Amino acid sequence: MVNDLEAVYRDHWGRVVATLIGLLRDFDLAEEAAQEAFALAAERWPDGGVPEHPAAWLIATGRNRAIDRIRRDRRYEAKLKLLEPAHLVEDDMDETSFPDERLELLFTCCHPALSLEAQVALTLRTLGGLTTEQIAQAFLVPEPTMAQRLVRAKRKIAAAGIPFRVPPPHLLPDRLSAVLATIYLIFNQGYTSGGMLAGEAIRLGTALTVLMPDEPEPLGLLALMLLQDARRDARFDDGRLVLLADQDRSRWDSREIAAGRAALDRAVALQGDGPYMLQAAIAALHTEPRRDWGRIAALYSDLASLTGSPVVELNRAVAVAESEGPEAGLRITDGLDLDGYRYLHTTRGELLRRLGRTAEAREAYLRALQLVNDPPERRFVEERLAELG
Amino acid sequence: MKYVLLIHQGTTPTPATPEEWAKLSPEEQQQVYADYQAINQTPGVTPGTGLQLPETATTVRVQDGRTLTTDGPFAETKEALGGWLTYEADDLDAAIELASRIPAARMGGAVEIRPVAEW
Repeated sequence: MVNDLEAVYRDHWGRVVATLIGLLRDFDLAEEAAQEAFALAAERWPDGGVPEHPAAWLIATGRNRAIDRIRRDRRYEAKLKLLEPAHLVEDDMDETSFPDERLELLFTCCHPALSLEAQVALTLRTLGGLTTEQIAQAFLVPEPTMAQRLVRAKRKIAAAGIPFRVPPPHLLPDRLSAVLATIYLIFNQGYTSGGMLAGEAIRLGTALTVLMPDEPEPLGLLALMLLQDARRDARFDDGRLVLLADQDRSRWDSREIAAGRAALDRAVALQGDGPYMLQAAIAALHTEPRRDWGRIAALYSDLASLTGSPVVELNRAVAVAESEGPEAGLRITDGLDLDGYRYLHTTRGELLRRLGRTAEAREAYLRALQLVNDPPERRFVEERLAELG
Repeated sequence: MKYVLLIHQGTTPTPATPEEWAKLSPEEQQQVYADYQAINQTPGVTPGTGLQLPETATTVRVQDGRTLTTDGPFAETKEALGGWLTYEADDLDAAIELASRIPAARMGGAVEIRPVAEW
């Protein structure tokens, strides 16, 4: 039962908070009401059983609690008119009694008038249901700092008039990219710092694909996250970084790979050609038993023209080196302005080694060594240097 | 919601800096005038007064009862306020759209949107 309640919390918190914010137009009041509703559920459901429509029950209960709070507190009196009719009978409700406003909430949390840090924190708190303490830990920030960040963000939403809505079509492309960037940032934080945030990002990404089924880029992002997450466990062996080519495929999560490929197929069917879909397509090719480096290089070329990113060019260089030989790859890396980026130097080191230019390879790895701080990566570079003799 | 849009000219050429202004083609100059006119006629907009150059500013402080005046604006000259307008709008998105149509925003300056405090 305890596990059931945790699952209910995880599955429904975002939906319940979103709808309550939509009704109450007040983040704090909505969060408090949701907390009370979940607390009441924890008290009642173990004996009375989980209601047929748990989300509706939680929303109706939260709403009723909010009305009680408003009645007690005259400050909120103006909001009472938003809440007619006064009390609802929880058990009469089903999921369609209330609009699903998670999408409105997501676009509000990821509004560009909020700092990226605030967007991430607010999204994790309101939609993900993470506690302030959990978010603070994931981002290595003291809890009071994170609490302050959340308070300021909520205050700005109210004071500056950030709308609670899905943006109109002429704003949608930009705003959707902001939402996708926030979710991917959460994923990457989780990818480097442990599982919780990665799982949360995948949940948010999945919800977004359900809420915007006709948009290819949310599917592209979901596919990308699933395909990367599937290989997470195989990236390290006994604290040692394992390159993709050497990874033990039996440690890949085949269910996640299948789900990632399915999401990618749907994005392709919707004629997607955005940056997340391209990255997902590359990630999918990397999971093939025999990698098609020519196609990978071509996809990186598309991605580079879309983003203009030198890091993407570096990845293209690796693919070109595999399909056309190390010299062709090296020619691409020579033109890149990435001297402070360690992967430029590890890539050059590897390509120079293959060409037998040992002295230059050693020089490149030594430069990389100056730039690494992560212990597994340091060890990786040191081992390459030792191999050069 | 009521907003004040604070217009910072930055390096934007304006008629107050004739040399820079002359570098714009007549069409570009006409476009700037037309844009400001369209903004001032947008429903909800109350135009503010224009300001002379930041170089003409005098900044006043009072310390220990003494009035201290200094030459120049409070902020750095290039960040100084150049003008403002008020805008009654549904939400911040509407204010951002209006701000993005103000010529200073695309010509080397920036527009700051501040919600008006309602007491």
